Amino acid sequence: MIVKPHVDWFALAPSLSLLAASGLLLMVAVFVGERSRRTVAAFVGFAGFVAAGIWAAFLAARSPHAQLLVHDAMIRDRWGAVAQVLLAGCGAIAVLIAYRERMRNEHVAEYFALLTAAGAGMVFFVQAANLMTLFLALEWFSISLYVLTAIDIDLVGSLEAGLKYLIVGAFGSATLLFGSALVYGTTGQLSFDKIAAAGQAHDSMLVVGLAMIIVGLAFKASAAPFHMWTPDAYQGAPTPVTAFMSSATKIAALIVTYRVLVTAFPHDQSLWRWAIAIIACVSLVWGNVAALVQRNVKRILAYSSVSHAGFMLIAVAAASRLGERALVYYLIPYAAMSLGAFAVVAARERELGVPVTLQNLSGFGWERPFLGVSMWVFMLGMLGFPLTGGFIGKFYVFAAAYDAGYWWLIVVGVVATMISAYYYLGIVRSMYFRDAAELQLAPAGGSPPRDAMLALGVGLAVVVTVGSFFAVQPLIDVAHAAANSLPPL
Amino acid sequence: MNGWLTTILIVLPVLGALLIAVLPLTSYWLGSLAALVSLIEVGFWITAAGKFDFGSSKLQFSQQASWFSDLNVSWHVGLYAFSLWIVGMTVVVMAACTIYGWWVGRDRGRAYFALMLLTTGAVVGVFTSQDLLVFYAFFEGMLIPLYVLIGVWGGPDRMRATITFVVYTVVGSLFMLASIVILGLQQGTFDLTKMGTSSSSWLFLGFFIAFAIKSPLFPFHGWLSVTYRQAPPEVAAVLSAVVGKAGLYGLLRIVIPKFPAVVHDWRQLILFLGAASLIYGSFLAFRAPDFRGVVLYSSMAQAGLIVLGLFANNALGFDGAVLQIVNHGLVSASLFLLAGMVERRTSTGEFRLLGGMARGRPALATLVLTLGIINLAVPLSTTFAGEFLILAGVFQHGWGWAVAGAVAIVLAAMYMLRAISAVLHQEVGSAVPDRATDLRVGELAILVPLVLCLLGLSAWPNLISGHASTTTQIERLAK
Repeated sequence: MIVKPHVDWFALAPSLSLLAASGLLLMVAVFVGERSRRTVAAFVGFAGFVAAGIWAAFLAARSPHAQLLVHDAMIRDRWGAVAQVLLAGCGAIAVLIAYRERMRNEHVAEYFALLTAAGAGMVFFVQAANLMTLFLALEWFSISLYVLTAIDIDLVGSLEAGLKYLIVGAFGSATLLFGSALVYGTTGQLSFDKIAAAGQAHDSMLVVGLAMIIVGLAFKASAAPFHMWTPDAYQGAPTPVTAFMSSATKIAALIVTYRVLVTAFPHDQSLWRWAIAIIACVSLVWGNVAALVQRNVKRILAYSSVSHAGFMLIAVAAASRLGERALVYYLIPYAAMSLGAFAVVAARERELGVPVTLQNLSGFGWERPFLGVSMWVFMLGMLGFPLTGGFIGKFYVFAAAYDAGYWWLIVVGVVATMISAYYYLGIVRSMYFRDAAELQLAPAGGSPPRDAMLALGVGLAVVVTVGSFFAVQPLIDVAHAAANSLPPL
Repeated sequence: MNGWLTTILIVLPVLGALLIAVLPLTSYWLGSLAALVSLIEVGFWITAAGKFDFGSSKLQFSQQASWFSDLNVSWHVGLYAFSLWIVGMTVVVMAACTIYGWWVGRDRGRAYFALMLLTTGAVVGVFTSQDLLVFYAFFEGMLIPLYVLIGVWGGPDRMRATITFVVYTVVGSLFMLASIVILGLQQGTFDLTKMGTSSSSWLFLGFFIAFAIKSPLFPFHGWLSVTYRQAPPEVAAVLSAVVGKAGLYGLLRIVIPKFPAVVHDWRQLILFLGAASLIYGSFLAFRAPDFRGVVLYSSMAQAGLIVLGLFANNALGFDGAVLQIVNHGLVSASLFLLAGMVERRTSTGEFRLLGGMARGRPALATLVLTLGIINLAVPLSTTFAGEFLILAGVFQHGWGWAVAGAVAIVLAAMYMLRAISAVLHQEVGSAVPDRATDLRVGELAILVPLVLCLLGLSAWPNLISGHASTTTQIERLAK
């Protein structure tokens, strides 16, 4: 007789509600008429993310102690649950941004179905507690994202972007899988805590496995030098998908990277801390320098996301309680800024019907005051200026780096921020300092399209970006609670 | 109530800015609202000054609330006697500049006036914050509105101006951020009134370079010329009178009290930078081909002089420096506004196209002459009092520095008189149309109060120099 493991349905609820929404959306694709399909599909997707967020919030509140579930395949703790709340928030805003996206009506329900499926995968990913579930969840959300990237067959470059993402992403997954195999081969264990118990420090095969796992996860976090897919995929994908990828994937990848490193490989801490610190440096330098020469705004933001991965990896490299708080805190304004910035790009794109470059942003700030000011807020936030959570995030990351003895990482971070000022402020410059008259495009005429849902999404992102500057204490308390559920360092 | 005064001084203009951003009014009415808010701000400052206890060297009107206890960061603001005077200068100058913007009717009024008020709030925040992170937030926050003010309403070469300005200031302030993080973690608190001193030269450099760029001091003045020339005149006035002073204030409030040992070791070098800015700036002002050029390099020279006073390390120098910060703020703001008024009439500030403007324009001539000779520190003026105190202070430290200062006073007379004569006298310049009017009532209403402040201080400079109690406060702060 097969012994069935006990299943904690409550811990699975966030993931299951998104899966349910995804399944329902596939029904919507078939049964709901074309006229109301978009509205219904967006509503179901939004409701799925909100439900997942609420479940995750309850889960966070009711999981004071970490608990392994389902034969140690999953873990129920606050570190994962807090990340789930963030992921659900990103998904909900992404739905708002996507609502008016120009796409074929016959694809619209599938679009939201894939978005919720990807969300479900990520929500599951952050709860993974062994190498099998880790890989399963990674592939689950990655495959959804590959398809989403390529979904808009009318968009030039979308298919190409999807293919590039698929090939590079598959390479990353394969590396992760190979690494997992080596780790399993060395220790004979799959679950993270048992690997920690069975592994020995500086066992060469284990170290190779660890290195490959780091590389595989770095692909997902788009940390340099494993970011090659990022600019192309971000540029080619439909902009709402890019918004979701840049925020949610980053959250999932970094949260899980940190969990794997501290729970499974504590004995090799000195090694992976250096590795991560070096990856952080490379990301900061590469991301910012490459962004300088871009003209396409989505590409600029893509390289900026590489550099932000670098900042967050500083917090990972610190490997301290302060670093954990810094990581969780940083993710909150970062996700909001990233979603918001891509939403503004999406709005401009819908207005012009061509890819948004620095050139054709001219005068945008004056034509659309709300979106202009919001973009301004996001750019200042990414630059780490005060009055945005980006500032406090950088401050915390630097504090964590100093606390861990990596003062040189502060210097790299500071220099990277200086470089980034050029392109972030360059976006503000092209929105405000140039007149639309200088623009060589024929204006479409009439008033710009009204898009209340997108504006709502942008508004929420602004509230989080600015609000996280003022409400530091409550957010840090949350981060503190999340960090305390990880094993002691 | 008293505890709230400082917070009100910071928050009032910010709220005004938010109100302006959303109210459905025309530019004209938004401008009048901004003018009103800036005058109410002056009113609050007068209230604060009236209630201020000059006998005490403690922090007054202070308010503290935890921001995040994790790293001991708190919203802590308050006024020392010296900050009170600098804040006073700030609110007066900001009111004058905001009203000037309203008077000339800047386009895109909603954004313009909101940004001017935001600048006011941020600068007052810099001068009153007692927590390093709050200080940094305001110091950096100041840059955001200024960036747009120059970039949108500036002259034809404004793109280059904004990039130069931002690159210099961001480079400086980010190294300061690194220093702040490390200093705060080492001390276990970011509260300036609670933390002890540090003897790290690296941390010192992070702060010093940021402030030297902002002030600006030789050799960190590369951004000065293009930024001040391309900014609209009232924004140039704000930059020179108020924003530059944030750098000097930083030296006074953070560098000197928190790094006594390092300052002691580096004193000769810092004094040399001050003297170099003073002499070099004066020469550049003498060589400048336009009105604004003279005023902007004169600001650099004055920053050098104030640094001499600050690092003379004695009571005379400190009090002279505080007095001179206020004096120069008022003078340079007036001169930049005056330069703007001349440019409005002639569409140029270049001396070779100007001249002969005194004839038939008595008000303009009187104001240019009065402000010019106040700027060159003619005896009996308040700037003379400030410079005298500074020179006396630095003389006690080493007579060589005082010689440099005295030479610069002669140079100041040379460049100011050259500027006055190039604008007012000589033959009528080709760019000066006959129909160019004298100063209008509105312009006089802006400039005359500033001049009256200066004349009042000339009669009684001891009001500031005798009531700043800088020395005792700095000693207290350094512990």
